[in-house]
Amino acid sequence: MNRNIIYFDNAATSWPKPPEIIAAMQNYMQNIGGSPGRSGHRLSIEAARIVFDTREKISQLFNVPDPLRIVLTRNATEALNIAIFGFLKTGDHVITSGMEHNSVMRPLRAMEARGIDITVVSCDSEGILDPVNIVKAIKKNTKAIFITNASNVTGTVMPVSDIGRIAREHGLVLCVDAAQTAGCYPIDVIEMNIDLLAFTGHKALFGPSGTGGLYIREGLEKSIEPICVGGTGSRSEVEVQPDFMPDRFEAGTPNTVGIAGLRAGVEFILSKGVAQIKNKEEKLVQMFIDGVRELPGIILYGQKSMELRTPVVSFNIAGMDPAAVALDLDERFGIMSRSGLHCAPSAHKTIDTYPVGTVRFSFSYFNTEEQIITSIEALQKISKSRI
Amino acid sequence: MNEKPQYSVMLFKAVSYVLKAEKILKKEGLPHKLIPVPKNISSDCGICLRFEPALQSKIEVALLNKVEIEEVRALKE
Ligand SMILES: Cc1ncc(COP(=O)(O)O)c(C=O)c1O
Repeated sequence: MNRNIIYFDNAATSWPKPPEIIAAMQNYMQNIGGSPGRSGHRLSIEAARIVFDTREKISQLFNVPDPLRIVLTRNATEALNIAIFGFLKTGDHVITSGMEHNSVMRPLRAMEARGIDITVVSCDSEGILDPVNIVKAIKKNTKAIFITNASNVTGTVMPVSDIGRIAREHGLVLCVDAAQTAGCYPIDVIEMNIDLLAFTGHKALFGPSGTGGLYIREGLEKSIEPICVGGTGSRSEVEVQPDFMPDRFEAGTPNTVGIAGLRAGVEFILSKGVAQIKNKEEKLVQMFIDGVRELPGIILYGQKSMELRTPVVSFNIAGMDPAAVALDLDERFGIMSRSGLHCAPSAHKTIDTYPVGTVRFSFSYFNTEEQIITSIEALQKISKSRI
Repeated sequence: MNEKPQYSVMLFKAVSYVLKAEKILKKEGLPHKLIPVPKNISSDCGICLRFEPALQSKIEVALLNKVEIEEVRALKE
């Protein structure tokens, strides 16, 4: 690893990964290699065991009662596409928030063109959503609520438990986008009344890119049409897609090498514990915010509470283009950040940073206090140099 | 002379169901083996659980409400 690089772009994809992930992927490529669930030989069975074990570990992490409720996908985007295109029908009304990522908004807007009615509930300038506004948005034909668990722009955590209670009371389906929380923030699908949970493997779960999944509450799969059908290794004698979980939504040979890495990633999370990971990341965020709060021209966005946020901080330096700040951070200081709109234009409209965007730092378990100090010093220099 | 089959096989919907059953049986200490589904039993590809017929009810109890069993068949050698 390049020691001079400070990687603060973990909300895009996490890096570095724990060495166990790379070892698990190499082991699959070198020693296993078989296609899971397709053949009866030992290498195929070994591959299928890896995949099953991954479902089991993910279930443990999210308190899912049965590993077969987990559909493995390419990423959160594919999971959300299944949940949106497969589930909604013309005439349905859905509720979402003003803090969503395009992986929720674009499929929803595409469905709007097919006769789905959408209410976008606004959030305040810190990205906080008042659950009362969800209740107010409910109509006769409301079918579901699509909500991000935490904003990828501000790190603001949404009141998912409250929304879950509302969904239960009104008989609505709750779909949560956990791309920013899976692995670094506690998730309990039962306690939070989550019916559909979309997650990605390559962020805080420390898996490789090309992995992710969708939890589907028991029984709900019957109301969801698969968006991709084909070979599953099961029911080969029939030419229609199996109707059972998870095969209904898993056509085609899976990304087994990626799943092997994801399994090691989830194992890593389970061994450390989400609480310990969150605790460490919370300290880094607090230290960073305390260090830059007083810098001339600095504008920090998002939630004040450390408890209700993920390790994501968006900021700007008054009078400076965020893209120029990010470039300077990279070139002069070796700090990798992400500037712009972060695939979430409505979130930036909510915090009033549209269309210029912000600079985003996103930390992981592998960042250090030393790196935070270096980044504070870098921002001191950059903010001094403005005009 | 001895007409009783030496083994039975249990068939499931898909390999992931077999593996879920395998984990449960391992935990319960009930002997079994994963084998490719014999062609005279089903044309489906994949694997099934082989076990001694005397264990059938114990296995069924262990899997009850946990893994859906498709069918149990005698395995004739
Ligand atoms: C909040 C949020 N939702 C969804 C996604 C999509 O994840 P992926 O690109 O892995 O599908 C991301 C990240 O890109 C995200 O930050």
